Amino acid sequence: MLIIGEKLSIIAKKVREAMIKRDKIPVQEIATSQWKAGAGMIDANIGPAEDGGEDLMQWMVTTIQEVVPLPVCLDTTNYKAIEAGLQVHNNEKGRPLINSTSNDPERFGMLELAAKYSSQIIGLTVGKGGLPADAEERASLAAEIMARAAEYGVPLEDVYLDPLVLQIATSQDHALKVIKAVRMFQELNDPPMKTVVGLSNISNGCPKPLRPVLNNYFLSLLMYEGLTSAIADPHEVAPTVKTIDVILGKTLYAHSYLEM
Amino acid sequence: MLNAMTLRRIKMAFVPPKESYPGKVYAVQIGSEQKGVTVGGENVLPFHAFEGITPNRPVIAYEIQDVPPNDWPEEVQKPYKDVSNDPVSWAKFCQDTLKAGAIALRLMGTHPDRENRSPEDAAKTVKDVLASIEVPLIILGSNHAEKDASVLVSAAEAAKDRNCIIGKAQEANYKTIAAAAMANNHKLIAMSELDINLSKQLNILITQMGFEKERIITDPMCSALGYGLEYTYSVMERIRLAALTQNDATMQQPILGDVGMYVWKVKETQASEVDVPQWGGLEDRSIAWEAATATALIIAGAELLIMRHPAAAVAVEKVIEELI
Repeated sequence: MLIIGEKLSIIAKKVREAMIKRDKIPVQEIATSQWKAGAGMIDANIGPAEDGGEDLMQWMVTTIQEVVPLPVCLDTTNYKAIEAGLQVHNNEKGRPLINSTSNDPERFGMLELAAKYSSQIIGLTVGKGGLPADAEERASLAAEIMARAAEYGVPLEDVYLDPLVLQIATSQDHALKVIKAVRMFQELNDPPMKTVVGLSNISNGCPKPLRPVLNNYFLSLLMYEGLTSAIADPHEVAPTVKTIDVILGKTLYAHSYLEM
Repeated sequence: MLNAMTLRRIKMAFVPPKESYPGKVYAVQIGSEQKGVTVGGENVLPFHAFEGITPNRPVIAYEIQDVPPNDWPEEVQKPYKDVSNDPVSWAKFCQDTLKAGAIALRLMGTHPDRENRSPEDAAKTVKDVLASIEVPLIILGSNHAEKDASVLVSAAEAAKDRNCIIGKAQEANYKTIAAAAMANNHKLIAMSELDINLSKQLNILITQMGFEKERIITDPMCSALGYGLEYTYSVMERIRLAALTQNDATMQQPILGDVGMYVWKVKETQASEVDVPQWGGLEDRSIAWEAATATALIIAGAELLIMRHPAAAVAVEKVIEELI
């Protein structure tokens, strides 16, 4: 399973300050540390970035790719910042991932970018009408997004469907609905659709010591249902990913498998 | 009714499905730049050249010993009877007359239950053989874990910078042997006993010592036709699938089939036609036994074979030529 390192987010004070000052060192340290811990892609979350988003995203993409041999997940609602990031992304290190489109017409432009730059894209299963009520609604939104992707010329194997993980502390019943949605998404196409979650959202608002526990157990269940990728902290989830991959027969067991 | 035109269209429209694999076998070069060979390097299952790249054909190394092969059955002693008293003339015979692409020198005489030759004796033999041949050399211990540790260290030093393959490193002695191979710029055989998980584990352990994973040859242990060949076959096949379909970097080493040693101790390569008339002539039968075992293993995924009988090696080369 693909881990998309979540640590380069504007929400973190250290990262925010580095972004403002264009200080490469903390950004590159965090990127490298996530790569070494098992991330296969690095998320660059610059927030809405209404002012100077283009320049900031370009700086993030080049700063990250200067030190790690990985593609970047471009994470912002700013359409122009995404395009700017795609223009400088080094595709020899893997194809970028746009985070994200949805069933909201305001986000369809992201599909246009995915087609234009041959990028992969996350399809978040929400629409104009607020949060999805259950797995079935998530699947029906997914089908809409897939139809839209086809319309814009984005191959379905480049679309990662995101069921939208909600906080367990406030929306406990959605945990199971998300798991079910991951299973249903795969049935929407042959070969199965790819899937992604923003994992740590499950434990958002929970006491700090509980967060890794919730994240890891939730991830195990999602992986069992065939989850393709998770935006997560690789340091926190790598043992779970490796172990579940062994249990599911996706990696050959050896006594030292956790060290690999 | 389909007319000829439609039929042709149908034929043209058919495109055979192609598998592609995320992983690739490491290409391992042995010997000198001019006379050396490379094994591995493919990104497809054995002989699936139509799906990807297979840059190197499997290599057959001819097995010789540091002591006369009194322990070999009569049939396989015969082709070497004029040269096998001396490892140097034996090696030259394999290289010059039999056109061997590589030679495997087994230091059988160092085994404590045999001549118990010293590591220094072994080193001298290695030096003499290396001085007389140009093709790559594989240097093997006597499969006595403890003695091999000292013998192979001396042998590795004696062959310094000749880019040989040293083996076999096993769970019990890998540290010493891997360190010697590393210090003297050799490749290394990592051997486990028909256990896919231990095979992976040994590769990991050796790599964790700082030995490059691209310099290892994996030996999952051979077995002869009729004596567990299917186990070896399955383990090799599983290693290749992990390497190619799961892109498992710890399983992407070329695989060794140490065929001769296992084949030439089973009764089918020794029982005379007088004793078992229904089995047919011993010479043809024993050669076929080695060739059939070796052929099965190259199809399972072995890229490097160690064989004894020249006629069996020639037969396998023919198969390779047809499949490649």
